Formats: sequence, C-alpha cells, structure tokens
Amino acid sequence: MSHIYRNNLPLRLKASREGVALVQETTPKIIKESNDCSDSFSEMRNRFLSFKKHKYLENLECYQELAKAQAPKFLVISCADSRVCPSYILGFQPGEAFIVRNIANLVPPFENGPCETNAALQFSVRDLQVENILVTGHSCCGGIRALMGMKDEEKSSSFVKNWVKVGKAAKSIVKATASNLSFDQQCKHCEKESINNSLLNLLTYPWVEERVAKGLLSLHGGYYDFVDCTYEKWTLDYQKNSQNKEKSGYAIKNREFWS
Amino acid sequence: MSKDLNKEAIEPRLVEELDQTNLEKIITPVLQLPLTFDPIQRINDGFKHFKINEFNKHPEYFQKLAEKQKPKFLMFACSDSRVSPTNIFNLRPGEAFMARNIANMVPAFDKLKHAGVGAIIEYAILALEVEVIMVIGHSRCGGISRLISLPDEETSYDFIDRWVSIGEPAKAKVLAEHPNATGQELQTLVEKESVMNSLGNLLSYPYVRLGIANKKLKVLGGYYDFVCGKFQFLDVHHHIEQTTNIQE
Repeated sequence: MSHIYRNNLPLRLKASREGVALVQETTPKIIKESNDCSDSFSEMRNRFLSFKKHKYLENLECYQELAKAQAPKFLVISCADSRVCPSYILGFQPGEAFIVRNIANLVPPFENGPCETNAALQFSVRDLQVENILVTGHSCCGGIRALMGMKDEEKSSSFVKNWVKVGKAAKSIVKATASNLSFDQQCKHCEKESINNSLLNLLTYPWVEERVAKGLLSLHGGYYDFVDCTYEKWTLDYQKNSQNKEKSGYAIKNREFWS
Repeated sequence: MSKDLNKEAIEPRLVEELDQTNLEKIITPVLQLPLTFDPIQRINDGFKHFKINEFNKHPEYFQKLAEKQKPKFLMFACSDSRVSPTNIFNLRPGEAFMARNIANMVPAFDKLKHAGVGAIIEYAILALEVEVIMVIGHSRCGGISRLISLPDEETSYDFIDRWVSIGEPAKAKVLAEHPNATGQELQTLVEKESVMNSLGNLLSYPYVRLGIANKKLKVLGGYYDFVCGKFQFLDVHHHIEQTTNIQE
C-alpha cells in the first residue's frame, strides 16, 4: 500500500518559490519576510513602488499625519465586485473613507447578531464618529441576482444564498410591485431597493439611530450603473420618517442623478 | 497640520516682499482650508473625475467589463481609510474582487457565524475563478489594537470584540513566542501573525484547498507599513494534497 501511495505521489503544493523541499509542517508560519517577491507578483511590487514614488513620497507630510490617526468623514458600504471600488469610482483618497466591502453591499439588521459588517459599523460610528454613511450599490450585481433567483424559504448550503437572504425584504417589495417586469429589470429594481433596505437596517442599531436623530450622522444611498456610467444618490430623510412612523415605506430627500 | 493652516489664514500677515514665494505661502494655505464639508459635493466631484478621466477615455475596456468581470485576485484588506489596495497598487476596475473588514480577517469556515466572508470566498472561487487570494495587513491597525487589549477568557458582546477575537490564535502565538514584547513591537508582531492566521483559516474552506491542490489557486499574505512607506509579502508554507484512494 505504501508503495502505491508513493507512486501516486500527490501534488505537494508549496506557496514558497524557493526550492522543492518537502514541506513537513501543516501550520503556516512566516518563512521569510523580505521585500523580494516572485515573478508572479513583480507587477504588484512595481505598482507599489510607483505608488510610493509618485504618491506617498510626494505627499509625505499628509501620510505622516495620517499615520498618527485617521478621521474619515465617510463610512462606505460597497459591494466586493471588482468593478465598483469606491476609491476608484468616487475618488476617495487615503484618510477619507472607512470602507466595508461585502457581497451585494448588504447591512444586516441588529437582531441578526454580530458579523464583519456591523463590527465595522460599530467601529466607524462609535469610535471614528464618521458623519456620513453611504451604502452604494451597483448594476449587474451577482449577489442580488442570486437573491432574486432563490426560491422563497430555500434552505441551501451555499454561503452566498445564506448571506444574501439579508436582502429578502427588498426582494419581497420588488415581487409585490414589479412582478410584471422581466427578471433582469426586477434585479435592477432589487439592487436599488436593497440599498434602502440596508439604510433602514442601519437604523436598527441604537447607536446609529441616536446619532442620526441628533443630526450628527447622515445616511445616504448611492447606485452606480457601470453600463452607462451614471451615479444616482439620495439621502434618508430621518425627520420625515420618524414623523410618519405608522406608515410603511420610507422618505428620502436630495435625490440626484449624475451622468 | 490643520491647526497651523487655520492659524496662518486667520492672522493678518505683514508681507514685506510681495514676491512669488511669499504670495504662495499666503494663498496656498487659504486655498487648502476646508470650507464646510459637503459630503455630496465630495462624491460628485470624485465621480465626475472618474467619468471624465477614466471611463470616457477607455470606453471599450469598460464596456467589456460591464458584460463580465474576471478578476485575477481576491483581496482581503482592512476597512481602514488609509489602506485601500486600489490606491496602493493602482488597481484598475476588474482586477480584484475585494473584501474589506476590520483588521482584514478571514474567519474559519462557519456557515452560521460567518456567512458573509464565506459568501465572498465562495463567489470568488466558484463563480469568478480567481487565481490568487491575498490577505493584506497593515500598520497601526485599530482592530489589532483592540484584539491586544481584549481581556483573556472574557466574552464580550460587543460586535467589534466578537469580530477581532478571530485573531486570538495569532495574539496567543505572539505572546508565547515574544513574552517581553510590548507597545508598537507587540502591535506589529500581532498584525503580521494575524495575516498568517487568516491565511491558515482560508485553508479551512474546501474549495480553497481544492484550488490549491489543483494548482489553480495561490494564497499570499502582505503587510503594508504606511508609517515607513513599505510593503512586504508574507509567504506561507502549507501541505495540501489531493486525496489518494487506498487500493488493495
């Protein structure tokens, strides 16, 4: 048996690019800390060196100040999609925005319990005291598509399906109001509706609502359509919402469309 | 820095020589003075800049991207406003699927507790077929500071504490190996060890292991020190093999 095992030598994979020694350990450890990297990452290295030369060293004072402390004015909750980085499409520079990126830019409600999104929410609101939260969604979102395509009450072992269920209230609204539209159009509606669902979920956190009520924190929604490069933004009208508590739905203000 | 700027702008200055240098010294700080911050204007300006200078200049690139994304990387980076990989590596849209959370942590596979991170990894590997997963740590990480300050054997119901305690094995390892480390030295050691801990946790996802075994996926760590302006790759050795059937 051992002979056969040796002949069917399994793929012993190493992350290191040095030599071909058999790796005995199974726990990762820092093998080397050096400024070298393999050929595969020479581009990353070159890009970092370019950043250092053209941005870091040319703005050294700014970076030195930032190194002492950050005081961003925004918390941005954005999708992990490679096409929608807020640093890129909204031009956030170092120090400007505390950024959370997850599948479909979802914010679960307080009662769902701890997760990475509300940990970052707590840190940015309570400790960094950001003044604005922007939940920014986008077109052709795979996560929203997965949500819309799921059967109701579907039990799945898929992580994605278990996560996007956070947006099910948005899906219900879309199904109730836009079921006559094509699936693609419904997905687009859900992408926007989900942003509002997330904004309302933000208010389920007491320390968020407290600051919003005092006028110290504003909640904004944003939608980036990367097909025609437009950006739509709006702000949750907390005062109006709190006045009309019996009504379902929500009020928004300052809606703008940039094209 | 801002305090000095304010002071310079408000106090009247006697300019003895109106040469270019003196003028610049007066005007530049005034221009840099933040007026009342308008968050909407800020993102409007940012978006306009992107559309004019990037999107409109490369329409074919963005059109192709709109149809489908095929990023090579999945990156885990901290939510810290100072460490966007897009800024540091000049990433273009389409290059990296990106997860950002407190202290750039990857928890071990857990369908109940960590559906969010699991969803990112699952989607990146199964739907997007990324080739590299990179976990990037950084200096002066508030999440790691919090982890270090957590008292032992006490459960906190604070969301932040519950999240950063994913890094407890890293903290324990550093404290065991460097019992005398304190302050900044301790912070840096835990920041780096936490990256290694997250890389290890990545291996608890079956599709990560399968990707590595099939040589379609690599995992790598990185550490960005914005105090010194340095970046280092943190390598990891692991032993992943395809399963072997025992035959008679």
